[in-house]
Amino acid sequence: MIQVLADGVVAASFIVLGVVGLSMIYNILNFPSFAQGDHIATGAYIALGIVALAGTAGSIAGLSFGWPLIGALFCATLLNGLLALLIDRSIYRQLRLRNASRISLIMASFGVALMLRNLIVLFAGHDPQYYAFAIQPALGIGGARITPNDLLAVIVTAVMVVALHLFLSRTTLGKSMRAVSENPSLARVNGIDVDRVIRWTWLIGAGLAAIAGVLLGLSVQVNPSMGFELLLPMFAAMIVGGVTSVYGAVLGALLIGIAEAVTVQYIAPEYRQAVAFLVVILVLLVRPQGILGEKA
Amino acid sequence: MDILSYLVFFSVVSGIYAIATLGLNLQWGFTGIMNVGVVGFFGVGAYAAAFLTGPAYADAFGGFGLSPLAGYLGAMIASGLVALVVGLLTIRLRHDFLAIGTFGAAVCIQLLAMNLKPITRGFDGLHSLPRPFAGLAATPVAANACFLAMVVAIIAAVVWALERMVRSPWGRVLRAIREDEEASAALGKNAFAFRLQTFVMGSMLMGLAGALYASFTGFVSPQDLLPILTFQVYVMLIVGGSGNNYGAVLGAVLIWALWTMTETFLGAVLPAGLKQQVSALRVVLVGLILVLMLLYRPQGLLPERANVSREARLQG
Repeated sequence: MIQVLADGVVAASFIVLGVVGLSMIYNILNFPSFAQGDHIATGAYIALGIVALAGTAGSIAGLSFGWPLIGALFCATLLNGLLALLIDRSIYRQLRLRNASRISLIMASFGVALMLRNLIVLFAGHDPQYYAFAIQPALGIGGARITPNDLLAVIVTAVMVVALHLFLSRTTLGKSMRAVSENPSLARVNGIDVDRVIRWTWLIGAGLAAIAGVLLGLSVQVNPSMGFELLLPMFAAMIVGGVTSVYGAVLGALLIGIAEAVTVQYIAPEYRQAVAFLVVILVLLVRPQGILGEKA
Repeated sequence: MDILSYLVFFSVVSGIYAIATLGLNLQWGFTGIMNVGVVGFFGVGAYAAAFLTGPAYADAFGGFGLSPLAGYLGAMIASGLVALVVGLLTIRLRHDFLAIGTFGAAVCIQLLAMNLKPITRGFDGLHSLPRPFAGLAATPVAANACFLAMVVAIIAAVVWALERMVRSPWGRVLRAIREDEEASAALGKNAFAFRLQTFVMGSMLMGLAGALYASFTGFVSPQDLLPILTFQVYVMLIVGGSGNNYGAVLGAVLIWALWTMTETFLGAVLPAGLKQQVSALRVVLVGLILVLMLLYRPQGLLPERANVSREARLQG
């Protein structure tokens, strides 16, 4: 039971890091991005490329990798953010300037998703890859067994969530982001630079996605559809938590992660992806505004 | 002869896509329902036809041995019923939630096809499905040509019926709902009922396309149910012109031509070891076309025609 909970929290941490971007993009740019999953994959592959150049020599405190990977993680976070910014500039921004409908933006993100995934295949192939092959003995913590890499994923996620909270509640930029997501026109009238807010939305959203990708790659493997497979759980987390709230999305991710772990353990591992869908349908029927959402 | 048989094969497949695209056009083009689960309904149709017409397998469901025609009808009923359930659950939702909901439904349908092994044989798929005209015609090419004639006839009938429907008062309500759901509700139109009707009817066409595909290739497996199919059908509709039935057919033929030609062309230019890369590059290319169309010609090659009732025309 405790093991299932621990597995759930680990699964949730990747969803959390991905869903923050999804939720911010949804609230600030007003569309669900079907490409968010593939931004996770691009992040993982950028780090993989850097590791291939620098190597993963050494190992820190029982983790399966050394300092080069930490460096790669930072570079991938930044580069993935810049990549998202480039995509926004060349595609989404052009659509916004043309006053395109929300549906056009969704379709465009669908196109971006497939382009990113297939560019990965083009450069790195279909086969799964690994940052390092070291076998890790699991640690026993309070009756649950967890590998150091997975524990790191949970800790990094927790730190990121706290950092995000401080950013959104304490900094001017964070407050502007919340203002824009509440009411873009009012924010603009009050002198908030909406374009700057949008730039930071992509940088943060895709940056966190890159961290999710690297951690997921360390935990399982790196493959081109690793992010796409997280898309449905992320959408589910966002809807379950109430789409208007980043915090709700984090809570939703936790719920979906645990629901997935329960399914894998007690029902059937092959239906893992279906759980997210069932939870969404259930929530939409019972409490359409989500757990932390406000009534429309 | 080779070219001819290739052309017939190409035309059949693009015709099958055209039927699915016409279904999506009814949902998205005319009513504004963003169904991102096209492949799910296509898959339900393909499997339903396989169960109904296929041989008795030792390790799977089916073996009813019905005629292909019964298979097509059964497929439409099956995908219509699935669409009814999915629609009842999701059709009230806002556009973006509906997109996510239908996307999830399609993922679940693919998971079922993969994992319900006692019924679907999993990745092994259902094979040896009877192919219509195979016994009647002298050569395989002639059989495919007969199949093509059937597909063309179906497309003609579907386009004719859809054109009549969207020009009727019923069709005007659809566009009213697409443009302003609240206003049409204020005029006493039950948007939910209209949306559900088009969702079910459009999905039945997607199911028919799936059934035709299964009976044309004689085989269906979860490999035929990949999300890329949904994407292809959307690109076909957007390129052709959403809201225009002729555009939907044109888009299907053009994009399928591009899809198959890029493979032939890239396969010829690039070394043989790069098969993966060729198919990846092709998706990137089609994605690029989608984005460029959205940016520079969102109305598509054949834009929707203004549809004015006779009374309004007389007054204007």
